[in-house]
Amino acid sequence: MQTDLSVVRVMKKFQDFTAVDCVSFDVEKGKFFSILGPSGCGKTTLLRMISGFFEPTSGTIEINGRNMAGIPPNKRPVNLIFQNLALFPMMNVGQNIAFGLERQGEKRHVIQTKTAQMLERVGLPGFEKKKVDQLSGGQRQRVAIARSLILEPAVLLLDEPLGALDLKLREQMKIELKILQTQVGTTFVYITHDQSEALVMSDHVAVMNKGRFEQVDTPRNLYSKPSTPFVARFVGENNQWDARVISLEEHQGRQVAAIMTPEGNQFEALVQGQLTPGDEIDLFLRPEAIVLEPDAAIEGLNRFFIIVRSILFDGANSRILALLPESDREIQISLPQTRQFDHIAPGDRVEAGWSPESGMMFVKEKNMYKDAGTVTP
Amino acid sequence: MIRNIPQTRSYSHGFRLYVILYFVFLFAPLAITCILAFNDSMFPSLPWKGFTPEWFTGNTVERTGIFHDQINLDSIWVSFKVAFFVSILSTFVGTMAAFLFEQESFPFKSVLFFLMLAPLVIPGVILGISILLFSNTLGLFFETHFGVDVGLFRPGFWLVVLGQFSFITTIVTLIVSARLKKFDPTLEEAAMNLGATRFETIVHITLKFLRPSILGALAVSFLMSFENFNTTLFLVGSQATLPINLYLQVRDGSTPVINAISVLMIGGTSLLALVNLYFSRKKN
Amino acid sequence: MKPGIRWGLVIFISPVLAWLTLLIVLPQVDMFIMAIRAENPLGEMGFSLGNFKLFFLEPIYWRTFARTAIFSVLVTFLTFLITMPVAFYITKVVSPKFQGFLAVLVLMPFWVSELVRVYGWMILLRESGVINHFLLKFGVLEQPMEMLYNDVAMVMGLVYTSMLFMLVPLLSALESLDNNLIEAAYDLGGNVWSIAMRIVIPHCLPGIVSGSIVVFMLTLGNYLTPNLMGGKNGLWFTEQIYNQFIASFNWNQGSAFGFLLLILSSGIIWLGLKLTHQRLGKVVQ
Repeated sequence: MQTDLSVVRVMKKFQDFTAVDCVSFDVEKGKFFSILGPSGCGKTTLLRMISGFFEPTSGTIEINGRNMAGIPPNKRPVNLIFQNLALFPMMNVGQNIAFGLERQGEKRHVIQTKTAQMLERVGLPGFEKKKVDQLSGGQRQRVAIARSLILEPAVLLLDEPLGALDLKLREQMKIELKILQTQVGTTFVYITHDQSEALVMSDHVAVMNKGRFEQVDTPRNLYSKPSTPFVARFVGENNQWDARVISLEEHQGRQVAAIMTPEGNQFEALVQGQLTPGDEIDLFLRPEAIVLEPDAAIEGLNRFFIIVRSILFDGANSRILALLPESDREIQISLPQTRQFDHIAPGDRVEAGWSPESGMMFVKEKNMYKDAGTVTP
Repeated sequence: MIRNIPQTRSYSHGFRLYVILYFVFLFAPLAITCILAFNDSMFPSLPWKGFTPEWFTGNTVERTGIFHDQINLDSIWVSFKVAFFVSILSTFVGTMAAFLFEQESFPFKSVLFFLMLAPLVIPGVILGISILLFSNTLGLFFETHFGVDVGLFRPGFWLVVLGQFSFITTIVTLIVSARLKKFDPTLEEAAMNLGATRFETIVHITLKFLRPSILGALAVSFLMSFENFNTTLFLVGSQATLPINLYLQVRDGSTPVINAISVLMIGGTSLLALVNLYFSRKKN
Repeated sequence: MKPGIRWGLVIFISPVLAWLTLLIVLPQVDMFIMAIRAENPLGEMGFSLGNFKLFFLEPIYWRTFARTAIFSVLVTFLTFLITMPVAFYITKVVSPKFQGFLAVLVLMPFWVSELVRVYGWMILLRESGVINHFLLKFGVLEQPMEMLYNDVAMVMGLVYTSMLFMLVPLLSALESLDNNLIEAAYDLGGNVWSIAMRIVIPHCLPGIVSGSIVVFMLTLGNYLTPNLMGGKNGLWFTEQIYNQFIASFNWNQGSAFGFLLLILSSGIIWLGLKLTHQRLGKVVQ
């Protein structure tokens, strides 16, 4: 596979503040790559470095194998879709799309045909003469993408372009964008703070925090095998539970830890990294990994009791908000809308269970400022 | 290009150099005027012959400083009086006009609005001569029909006030309207709902809200009046305003006294401008 | 609101009507009446287009008129050319720390009387002026050179006087220009020139038009600067009007000239608005 974009140990400092700290990654040709992180994590800075609006303090950025150092944005084979799209209000749709080709000195009739083809490709045939402010949110989106794609960039960078849309349209655009990307085959690098956007559209997602990459993986792995506590917390919903490792044992070639919570629950969980007995750990459990009222016949299940505090009805996403008995530890559990659990009411004492494979354990970070990447998974 | 796009050194240095040159161009005449006001020389020119405050304070035959120069002092006083009346009058009428155009509706409103803007399009000189002509016509009319000689209709103090008022009021209207546009009309409705009359509402609610812009309009109209030349030129009688008086002196030659007056004007107007700016910043 | 007389409206409208009728409309009408009256051969006043006829017959008059118009257009254009980069620098280039300070500083000199500013240029440029002093001192010139009283000095003085009225609308227009548009254009391959022509200037057009209108009008009606800085043999049309009124005491002729100047001024402004599809009411705000 050919690598379209290669970022090697890139660092960006603003005076004392390190916005991007030694980030490396490669994006293969034709892939949809997302950078997911909370606001202020440095993802926009990284994107601006790739597009050429910032020079990295150190490190190299290569596009199509060519080092981009010192090459200004207007000379790079990448294009950026801005958060607010930055459509030119002084031009109509056709002029917006033709802008880049005109700068390359392309012939007028070539520009015209290419513009028409591009508009057709994004599902807006014949929109050339429309004014930018006559377009709907989704149409504006498509014009912005068409305006960049017409230049056939090696990489298309997208800076949270769905952020300004309302929820319904955003859901729709997510799918549209993914389909469009597959059709045109251009490499997309997409940054967002919305995990659902990243998970739905991407081939690979990098989770970014405090200027560093925590994990680069497929959406499925990020969700099921987070490699750091930050990823476990940030991607998807998770219950966090303190515990201590009591003992470790080998079981059919797999390492299983016996752990104890401060509330006195003893569980067994599959070890994915390095643990030693006595370690203080964080146990992460997904709400949907916890089964309500498990069948007594199921073996090897970790079982515990909860007191239902309230029921948060949200259709397919409904939850039970529960407490452990005689404790104020809160736990969220998925409430499947199969009518099977309709009898559960606030105040009830209910049994719950989870299988040892679905717990994720991380040694507690002793020092908050300690580099997150070195936490043993 | 813009601050967050990396630029070639020659581009950004070139741009900065241009802006520096522009500021030199902007301040050179003012700076040199001020400096030469303190030159110990009979002419406002170089070489530098040493520092002297005599062009302000001197009271000898060959060097009469501005503080003892009765003709210039008189003209400054005239300009003050004119500016005083013009700023009060035009702020008053301009505020009325702002209310009229922002809050009232009446037939031919757009025609009247266009007419209100007309002084912006009419050159000051034309305003001056047309008012001169019209007052002369009126004067003749009153003299032939009633046999009275109305002093107001002859070039002089009050005609200057009226001439400047005629276009400064437009500026005031625009300044006050700009703020009145931002006024939330529900506040007035709330006040009236609580039992206030229209008049009380305007006094207690709307004018309070407009106060910064009214003060700003007062300052701007005072400055514009104090410095007006074009309109005043045709309307002035025996009492010359400062710009007219200075013009006559500059045209016929120059002494450092003119520089001294300029220093006072630069100081005064900058002070007024800064105070105005300070208050408008504080309000926003 | 009760039917009958709306006292609020009456109170607001009376001073405004008095102002506009007595000081704007009637004087202009009176000036027009004066302009179309002249002495007939018998020495009686009557209707006549002679004042206008004289204007076209006497080359000095219409040449001054044309000269004033052309120079005013030139001054307007130069003012735009000179102030645009400065406005751009202040709003888009300089670090935000200095932005407010520079914006105040750049408008500061215009609070000072036009007369003082022109006077400053006079003592800089004239034969015994400061610039000549330095040029002589550094041996660039051997004889002092008169730099005042010519068209170049006059145009420079007019530009200097008018810059404020271009800067203010330009600053506010550029303030409202989204930086992302410039970045996007740059990202799509634009350079300084194409971004200026396709993005910045189209965005600022309303500001440019309103600035140009005010600058043009003020330049056309300026008396002080052409009179004090211009050459003795190149008159400004306002000087012709002044001469008719004050020197020749021919008020009818002067009114005709004044009327022509008014037509020129409003005509060019109307044309400017038409060409750029703007409206006066919007432009002044």
